[in-house]
This record gives sequence, C-alpha cells and structure tokens, in this order.
Amino acid sequence: MESQILTLVTFFPLLGIVLMLAIPKNQHDSIKSICLIVSFITMLLSFWMYAMFDPIANGMQFEVDIPWITSLGIHYHMGIDGISLLLIVLTSVLSVLAILSSWISITKAVKGYYISMLLLEVGMIGVFCSLDLFMFYVFWEVMLVPMYFIIGLWGGPRRLYAAIKFVLFTMFGSLLMLVAILYLVFAYQSYSGEYSFDMLKMMELPIAYGPQLYLFGAFALAFAIKVPLFPFHTWLPDAHVQAPTAGSVILAGVLLKMGTYGFVRICLPIFPEATVAYLPYICVLSLIAIIYGALVAMVQKDVKSLVAFSSVSHMGFIMLGIFALNLQGIEGAVLQMINHGVSTGALFLIVGMIYERRHTRLIEEFGGLAKVMPVFATFFMITTLSSIGLPLTNGFVGEFLILLGAFKANTVYGIIAASGVILSACYMLWMYQRVIFGKVTKPENEKLKDVNWREKLILIPLVLIIFWIGVYPKPLLDRIEPAVKQVLTYVSKATTVNIGEGIQIDQARTTDEVEIILGEVDPVKVGSEGMEE
Amino acid sequence: MEFAFPEYNLRLMAPEIFLFLWALLIIAYDVLTKRKSETTAGYLALAGLMITGLILGFTGTGHGFGNMFVSDTAAKFFKIIFLGSAFMAIGSSFGIMREKIVNHRGEFYGLILFSTVGMMFLSSSNELLSLYIGLELTTIPLFVLAAFFKDDKLSVEAGIKYFIVGAFSSALLLYGISFLYGLSGTTDLVQMKINIAITHLTFQNIGVILILAIVLVVAGIGFKLSLPPFHQWVPDVYQGSPTPVAAFLSVGSKAAGLIAFAKIFVNGLFAFHHPDMAPNDWGRLVALLAVAAMILGNTVAIRQTNIKRMLGYSSIAQVGYIMIGIVAMNALGMAAMGFYIFAYMFANMGAFAAVAIVEDKTGSCEISTYSGLARTSPLLSATFAVFLLSLAGIPPLAGFMAKFYIFAAGIQAAQHDPGLYWMYWLVGIALLTTVFAIYYYANIIKQMYFAKEPSPHKVTYNFPALTVLLIGLAGLFVFGIYPEPVLHFASGIASSFGIIP
Repeated sequence: MESQILTLVTFFPLLGIVLMLAIPKNQHDSIKSICLIVSFITMLLSFWMYAMFDPIANGMQFEVDIPWITSLGIHYHMGIDGISLLLIVLTSVLSVLAILSSWISITKAVKGYYISMLLLEVGMIGVFCSLDLFMFYVFWEVMLVPMYFIIGLWGGPRRLYAAIKFVLFTMFGSLLMLVAILYLVFAYQSYSGEYSFDMLKMMELPIAYGPQLYLFGAFALAFAIKVPLFPFHTWLPDAHVQAPTAGSVILAGVLLKMGTYGFVRICLPIFPEATVAYLPYICVLSLIAIIYGALVAMVQKDVKSLVAFSSVSHMGFIMLGIFALNLQGIEGAVLQMINHGVSTGALFLIVGMIYERRHTRLIEEFGGLAKVMPVFATFFMITTLSSIGLPLTNGFVGEFLILLGAFKANTVYGIIAASGVILSACYMLWMYQRVIFGKVTKPENEKLKDVNWREKLILIPLVLIIFWIGVYPKPLLDRIEPAVKQVLTYVSKATTVNIGEGIQIDQARTTDEVEIILGEVDPVKVGSEGMEE
Repeated sequence: MEFAFPEYNLRLMAPEIFLFLWALLIIAYDVLTKRKSETTAGYLALAGLMITGLILGFTGTGHGFGNMFVSDTAAKFFKIIFLGSAFMAIGSSFGIMREKIVNHRGEFYGLILFSTVGMMFLSSSNELLSLYIGLELTTIPLFVLAAFFKDDKLSVEAGIKYFIVGAFSSALLLYGISFLYGLSGTTDLVQMKINIAITHLTFQNIGVILILAIVLVVAGIGFKLSLPPFHQWVPDVYQGSPTPVAAFLSVGSKAAGLIAFAKIFVNGLFAFHHPDMAPNDWGRLVALLAVAAMILGNTVAIRQTNIKRMLGYSSIAQVGYIMIGIVAMNALGMAAMGFYIFAYMFANMGAFAAVAIVEDKTGSCEISTYSGLARTSPLLSATFAVFLLSLAGIPPLAGFMAKFYIFAAGIQAAQHDPGLYWMYWLVGIALLTTVFAIYYYANIIKQMYFAKEPSPHKVTYNFPALTVLLIGLAGLFVFGIYPEPVLHFASGIASSFGIIP
C-alpha cells in the first residue's frame, strides 16, 4: 500500500468518475457529494503521503517502475521529491476547494462538470508524479480535454474563443515537446543501446551543445506557453476571465505551475549547458513579464482580469527565481509556486463570490463593501496582502528568497524585479480600495449578504495556509531543499555555473563538494531574519 | 525436362475462398427469400466476416501458388484491418437498409464482401500482377457501391467520378508496373528487388526509366490513397456515397492502397529510398506528397460545412501522417504504419458510424445538424467526441499512440541517417498541421456540446450500429492505454518486407 501511494493518489479520482457515470444525471446532490467525497479522500491520501515523506532523504521517493510498452522502453515510472510532493498536496487541496466553490454556481450539465473536474485532477497529479517522459506527456495532454470543456461549456460570454485558444496554444507547445522527447529517446538509444523514456536516465545522458539548444528550446517553449512567460501569455487573460471560478482556480493554482515545474524537473537537469545559454533571454523575458503584467493589471477594469494579469507578473517572479540558478532562487521559486497557487486561488474564489452575488466583476460597480460584508472584506484583505507579499504572509517568504537569489545572480535583475513588488502593491491595494472602502455608491450593493458557512469553509483553510507558510515555512523548505540541491548538482555537473557571490563550480568537483558549497547559505535562516526586521 | 506443378497450398487461401463463397451465398439468399427480411442479409454478412476472421486465425504462414500468394505477418495484419473495417461498415449500414436500399440488400453486402476479398488477395500478393488484380477486385465493387443510391444525383455522380478516376489510376499503375517489369525482367517483388539493385550496381545508373516507373506507380496508387494532387475525387465521392460505403472507402480501401504501396516501394524498390540514389529515389517524392496531404487536408477541412467532406479531407491528412512511417523505412516506421491504420480504423469507422446514425435520423450531413446534440443524445455525442479526439491525437486514445509511433519513426530515421535529416522537417510539418487538425475536430465537439439550444433531434440506435460505436470506443481506449500486443504484432510487418530491426 505504501509503495503504491502515488498510483493511489493519482488514480483515486477515477473511482469517482466511475461512480458518477452510474448515477442518473438529474440527481445533482449525489453527484456533487460523490465528487466532493472522492476529492476529499484524495486530499487525505496526499496528506498521508506528505506524512510518510522522508524530508532528509535524497532522490526520488515512493518510486514505482513497471514496464508498460516494452518495445519502446516506456515504463510506468512514478516517484516524487520535495518539489512534486508539495505541488501534489497543493493540487489535491485546491481541487477540493474548487469543487466546493462550484456547489451553487454550476447549474447546467452538472454531471459532466464534476467528471471533468476529477479528470483534471488525475491529469494534474499525474504530471507531478511522472518520472517517465512518455507518461509526463500523456498526463500533460490529458488535462487539455477537461479544461477545454470547463472553459467552453461553463465559462463566460466569450468562452468558445477562450477555450479553443487555450487548447491550440498548449497543443502547439506540447507537440514540439513531443518531438524533443522522441529525439532524446533515440539519442539515449544510440548512447546506451536501449530505448528509455526515463527522466532520471536522461539526466545522465551527455548531449552535444548544438542539439541541446534545440531540445531546450522545444521543451522551454512548451513550458513557457503554460507558465505563461511574456510573449506567450495572451491565452491566459482570455482563459482566466472566461473560465468559471473553479476553472480559474485550477488554472492559476495548478496548471501554470506545470510549466515552471517542467523547467525545474526537465529543462535544468537534462540540458544544463543550454540552460546557461538561454539564461539571459529567459531572465529578460521574466523581467518583462513582471513589469508588463503589473502595469497591465493596474489598468484593468475587471477584477478577474486584474488577478489574471497579476498572475503573469507573479509567474515572472517564479521564472526569475528558477533561472537565478542558485539555491535561494530556486527554493524561493518552488515555494512561490505553492504560494501563488494558494493566494491567487483564494483571490479567484473571492472574485467568484462577489460575482455570484452581483453578476458583475467591474471594479466601478463596487465600493464600500467593507460596511456591507465585513467578514468578506477581511478575507479579501488577507489574500490581497498575501499576494503582495507582506511579511508574515506566505508571499513574503517566497518573494524574498527569489529576490535574494536574483540579487546574487545579477544585481540589475534583482533591482528591476524588486520594483515589481512595489507595482504589485500598487495595483492590488488600489483595486482593494476601490472595491471595499469608500461609500456604498450603488444601491444594489447595499443588501449583499456576507460570506456564508460554505464560503467560510473554503476560505479558512487557505488563510491558515497563508499564515502558516508566512510564519513557519521551515517544514516546506526542508522538503524542497534536497530536491533543489539535486537539480543544481545536475546543472553544475555539466557546466561551469556561477552560483552567486563568485562561487564557481566546475566539472572537476564532486557531487559532495557541490553540496557543501550550495549549503553555505541557509535559506531558512535568511528568510526568518528578513521577517524580524 | 521434368515439369513440376507449383505448390498450390490452398489452405493458406482458406479465408479468402470462404468469404467469396459466403458473399455469393448472401446474394443468393436475398434473391431466394424474395428480399423480404430487412436485416438477415446484414447479420449473415457480419457472421461471415467473423468466421473469416476465425479461419484467418488458424491459417498458418507460408507461400502458395508458386510464390505468388504469401501469408505472412504483414498480410495477416492488414487482413484483420480489412475484415474489421468491413465489419464496422456493414454494422453501420442497417439504418439505410430500412428505408433507402429496399431492393438490393444482398447485392450491397455481397459487393462489400467481394471488395474485402479483393483487399485480402492484394495484401497476400507477392508479385505485381496478382497485386494489380487484387487492387482491381477491390475497386470495381466500390464503384458500384458508391453509386448505390440510384435515384440520388450526388450518389450517381460519386459513382461515375470514382469510376473514371479509378480506371484512370489503374491504367497509370499498370503502365508503371510494365516499366518495372521491363527493368527487372520479373514480376516477383523479391526477385525484382534483387534484379533492379544488380542492374543499378552493374551499370552504375539505371536511367530515367526507373524515375518514370516510380512516378507512374506513385500516381496510380496515389489516387487510391488520395495523396495530393490525386485527391480531388475524395470529398465529392465521400459526400455522395452512402455513408457506410464512404467509411469503407476511407479505411478499407486506403489500407489496401497502403499495403500495395508498401509492397512495391518498401519491398520491391527497397534500395531506391535513400537520397544517395538520386535522381532515382522515391523517398523525397513521397515525403513531398505527404507534406502536401497534411497541409491541404488539414487546412481545407477547416472550411467544410458537410461532415462527410470534412472527414474526407481529414482522411487525406491522415494518409499524409501514415506516409511518414513509410518514408522513414525503418522497422519502427513499418510497425507505426500498421498501428496507425489500426487505430485509424476504430476512430474513423466509429466516426462514420456516428455520422450514419445521425443521418438516418435527420437526413442531413451538415455540421450545423450536430448543434446541441449532446443534450438530446449524450451517448452518441460522447462517443463521437472520443473518435474525433482520437483522430486529433489526444492521449490516452489509440490515435495518440499511432501519431506518437509515426513521429518516433520519423525522428529515428532522421537521427540515424544524416542523409535523411529532412525527416525533421517532415515531422515538424506534421506537428504543425496537427494543431490545425485539432481546430476542426474540436469544432464538431463545440457544435455538439457548447450550443445554446438543445438539438430538435434525438437519435435512435439500432443494435449493430450501437455495437460499432462501442467497438470503436473500446478499441480506442484499450489500444491507447495498452498498445503493446498490437505493436508487437505490427512489428512483424517490417520483417515481412525484409527490413531487419
């Protein structure tokens, strides 16, 4: 049982789909309950997995490796390290909350909706578990279909356009990735004589510099579209604004993280030289995303598209953290993936709640909500501050580490990125002020009901996570650290990397030495010092 | 001089002989019972195909008729596809039997079975003449079938069009075959492979005649395969013919063209694939046609308003993908080709079956008919969506695995042979056009699911059509998730053509 925990967590939602298929489509309550219970059990399973996870051990845990399609060496290979562990837990938590949030708002084709949600959960968890490139690709693609339906069937007025745009953008990137995967497989075959899709084996594969550039480009394009990195971001505002609340939560909370996860899990360790070569370009694009996303967010009239563009900005931070290529940067980036999932997920849920009450999301339609809905305003305040990255909230820890990493890598990058933090405070607080404070200008807003118990049930866990990570991130960072060190070892093994402050690591050094050097700065200590100031 | 009788080995031919007799029996039965029963002939045909399948399972491998007839893995694999597509075509034809084809049910089924026999002979032929005869036996019943709605102008037009194009392409093929015979002095494919290679090595250059032969054969079979620029008949014929016939044309007849193509080029002209053999190489010529097929099929399909025309253009595109496997000319490519057509059978036959079911109810094949169908006919919409997603290549369906193997074969060829570096471009174009394809497949799903108003129609299923839908659905999921057995079987195709993995 314990060794099969990954299979169990990944495929448990399928059980719910089977059960739901057996229920007549007009029995909405039982369909919803089954979906909620199944996703709740999945969440408990992922907690159990978290409890069993050994934070000290290096390498992959709970590995399963069974031959699947032997003629091409495709294996059913799953395993997780600290990075995937946290993302799986995030996925399972957000899935439960997203399902809970659609309880009333989804009225048509209820059965199809909840089936799509569970299918989506299978795909997302599968991506984070897979250690076989083929499986990774299959799960990556499987999610497209339910997401297409969720946006296209239950979305806003321009949902058809948004749905097909989302699918075409993602598909374009992922097909390039497929070719790159196949190239890797055959390169591995001529290197070792056997077919394999194993990510861990690919990390040991020496690839010439030229092909590496192409392969990195193909993978990076697929991931950059998903992240989305600056010029590939145009699908995101459409998809986010048109998707139903739960769809946006999943999209922002988990789907975008698949892109950054792909960079950490595949691009960095497998193509270290290409990573270094592409580094300046990706950093510049990330910086553009940070500033551009923030500026565009500032002028949005619609709360939801404001949050969507803030995602572009925040994902830029995460990318910058990853490509700082040092321990602090990547650790911060991974932590920020979780933080962004929690806080942006919460923001989308909150936007969904006022939309359910007023059926509009335009900022000018609101004002003075603090008097009408005080509890709501409090929740909104906490998530807004967490999104800005106020100390004591989760956003601070992540952004601080990322900025630390960025400054170590390149001071200019760090300075520009830091200005993004200020901008984010501007647009978030300005939006908050216009929606919550002031006088109640519109008569429709006078009788709005405050959050009910179901909505509280959704928001309280997120607020708790926000404070928990903000005050005591050590358990998470402890689990991320070995995994990040492992990634950096791969990066430094094949090339000379400047891991901040002039520390040069080159080929000659052994893995142990690298780890000692990487361990010089304790990010937890740095993070907590920052908070005391 | 002692005269030795060739070894006939009739038992190898048992499936074909049985199916032929069974087809005669069905026609006779229908006439003798005064065409009273609506469904019996159809069920008889389905039973006949199943029994043939069983016999095929017990037939061994070997050569017969003095090496003219061969039963090997490639032949068997393709025979399964022919039988399967005939089965699914007949299964989806029960709707039109009730109203449209009242008087000639026996002939309809008989002709489909005759055509299937022709395909089976074709896939077992080991030399050019029996290959040509098999191809003719395949096509002639299809001319009649395409024009089976005698009172429908479009159907008659389809029949005539297909007939003229078919006759023309047969002539081209025969002309090409005569050049091949002239060059090699034999019609036996294996012998031809050796003779032409020896001629080439002896004289260093075999001359322009081989180019002429290659171009003529590519054109001749290109018509059957609907490779551009020989594709013009496809949309019109698909639109006009009865839907089950269009389905059979799109899978069975294509698979037959494919095996004929593979036999002549992969086996017979094995040595002339590589650019080193320029200008006598056929690899880049076929690659060019594949590119044209993928681009034209996938872009023109976007603009279609008739679903049969759309599926017609999509089938043109699909052939383009399959051709990558042939051009790759490696063991993986052959297996990929086999697996692709196998997966394509489930998806395309299923899609046409769904079209037939809707057509039986509404009498229309316009894409707008499908608007809001998901709310009145959820089962049909869901299965149709799965077929389309498989054609688009979304995992975990078999269509994805098929594309995956095709791309894998292309990249392997490009990587292992510097002369074939252009295969990267071929695969690249295939990828790009796949994105287009998703657009028009998703468009149908959009019509069915995202429409505001529910459809005024609620489809009804007859038992065989429902079975076809479920077979397609099961096939796509089972072979998408666990393709290993089929792939293992398909990898035998390569050794049938003399390619060593």
